[in-house]
Amino acid sequence: MDLSFDLLGNALVSGLLLGGFYAAVTIGVSISFGMLDIVNIAHPAFIILGSYTAYIANSVFGFDPILSSIVLLPAFYLLGMAIYHVYDVSFERRGDASIRGLAFFFGVLFITEVTLVLVFGVDYRLVDAPYVGPSLHFGVIDLPLRLLVPFLVSCALIGSLQLFMSYTFLGRAVQAVAQDPMALRLMGANPSKIKRIAFGLSIASCSVAGAILIIIQPVEPSIARDYIGRIFAICVMGGLGSFGGTIIAAVILGVMESLTSTFYGPSWSPAVAFGFLLITLAVRPSGLFGRT
Amino acid sequence: MRNAYFVLAALAVAVVTFAVARLIDNAYVFFAGYVVLQYVVLATAWNILGGFTGYVNFGTAAFFALGAYTTVVLHKTMPFLPLPAMMLIGGAISGLIGLGMGYLTLRLRGTFFSIATLAMAVVAQTLITNWNFVGGSRGAYIIRPSDSPIFSGDYIQYLFVVMLALSVISVSLARAIQFSRLGFGFSAIRDDEGAAEASGVPTLKLKLIATALSGGLMGMAGAPLPYYVTYLDPASGFSLSYAVNTIAMPLIGGTATWLGPVIGAILLGTLQQVATVTISSALSLLLVGVLLVTFVIAAPKGIVGWFKK
Repeated sequence: MDLSFDLLGNALVSGLLLGGFYAAVTIGVSISFGMLDIVNIAHPAFIILGSYTAYIANSVFGFDPILSSIVLLPAFYLLGMAIYHVYDVSFERRGDASIRGLAFFFGVLFITEVTLVLVFGVDYRLVDAPYVGPSLHFGVIDLPLRLLVPFLVSCALIGSLQLFMSYTFLGRAVQAVAQDPMALRLMGANPSKIKRIAFGLSIASCSVAGAILIIIQPVEPSIARDYIGRIFAICVMGGLGSFGGTIIAAVILGVMESLTSTFYGPSWSPAVAFGFLLITLAVRPSGLFGRT
Repeated sequence: MRNAYFVLAALAVAVVTFAVARLIDNAYVFFAGYVVLQYVVLATAWNILGGFTGYVNFGTAAFFALGAYTTVVLHKTMPFLPLPAMMLIGGAISGLIGLGMGYLTLRLRGTFFSIATLAMAVVAQTLITNWNFVGGSRGAYIIRPSDSPIFSGDYIQYLFVVMLALSVISVSLARAIQFSRLGFGFSAIRDDEGAAEASGVPTLKLKLIATALSGGLMGMAGAPLPYYVTYLDPASGFSLSYAVNTIAMPLIGGTATWLGPVIGAILLGTLQQVATVTISSALSLLLVGVLLVTFVIAAPKGIVGWFKK
């Protein structure tokens, strides 16, 4: 296949936009896995749940998917707090979070997926919004609004989370848990309370991430699995818990996937994330921007 | 010597199982029994790595499907090979893949290994989907021979016997490991890897042995699958339900011993066969998920743990 400049330019731009979206999908795992050390492999399932709530709000009530996902943030936050509570009582306090905690989240992933299949079936679902169809054009470069709007929403989501983490008392407390839970305990603070809030936030991000996912592509319950590799590849490559690293890693992966699917065909793009993950784990497990 | 007695006892159980199945004389018994036995092998194989050494493998489906697709390739290129030879080759390939995966990721914390296995399943599926020789996303058809090659009866009875033999082999192997130096090394890694390393246990080597054994057995369990289903496509070969089942079964039965996965696989496997026939297959999968979560929260030592108080 000969390399055409138009094709390359378009692939780069859509990869960049895709990367912004991947950052929004990963940011929750950057909090839960990167900061709290909770291996929430069920995270993508909650994103799909977010897609379906946006789908219901859109197709049944006619609301805008993004607005409705912002309205639903508190519900996802409470769901996250509830899940963390079960996890905390059952595993963390008993001190065997590793195997059983992983199996727990794997079970949650599976239950969510099968429940969605039972309720909605395996048909692909779409949302309808004014920005789903049209594109902006700059010379030979197309900017589909379907990718541009999620990109902007994603920037807003990550920006506000970053502001929260840097400037509020609670946000700094979360960073303190990430750095040294033992020291926090010695200061008289309760790490599990702070972790509960942080985990709530991580699941809350799924509401918005799910809504922009269903804008970008049609959704069915089992696509959660395709995102597991991507999300953890980005999270590990970004250096576990660093928001800036997450964005850069997400953009790199987005561009690589977009180039792969433009020049080799879309059926190859899932392999890109895994290749990245394996190379990162083998060569530089602390990620591109890791501290250690 | 005790191992020899155990193998004899296991063989006796296997012979009785087959005799009873022949007496009932209903093809469905063999079809359902094959699936349950396949899960006995998978759960036991998973437990060698997951239960004994404490490294969670989410990629059962990948190892299993690699074994199955090896058979598809061999069936197309060398159809004269007997099934057990195909199983050995499939097992060897899965074991080697496990070794490679393990070498890249096992030096890190356990969670990275788990995530890598999960991602590996997706990629192996991508590769197979793009490989036209084995049917790509359209899937591959395999014609099942009608008669058993070694005794009189349907070919499904032969598959049943093969899986029964593989169950005996893998359960005996798991039990032998549990009571050997190797097994003690594995549990030292599970309980405290740092301490094990410091006291001279060659942790990386042992973990690689466990991964290769576990992956190899999973591949062997997958190898007869094309003859069982006669139509194999990537979506069904790599189905997430294999991974969920093989994790749920040892955790429900109890991961510390060889017996746990066997109990878990027989109970849960039979339950699913019944639920699939009487209710629906989606609900039977939901049941597995719910049981898995309930057991890891409420009964961390599994069914075996109830009797050890």
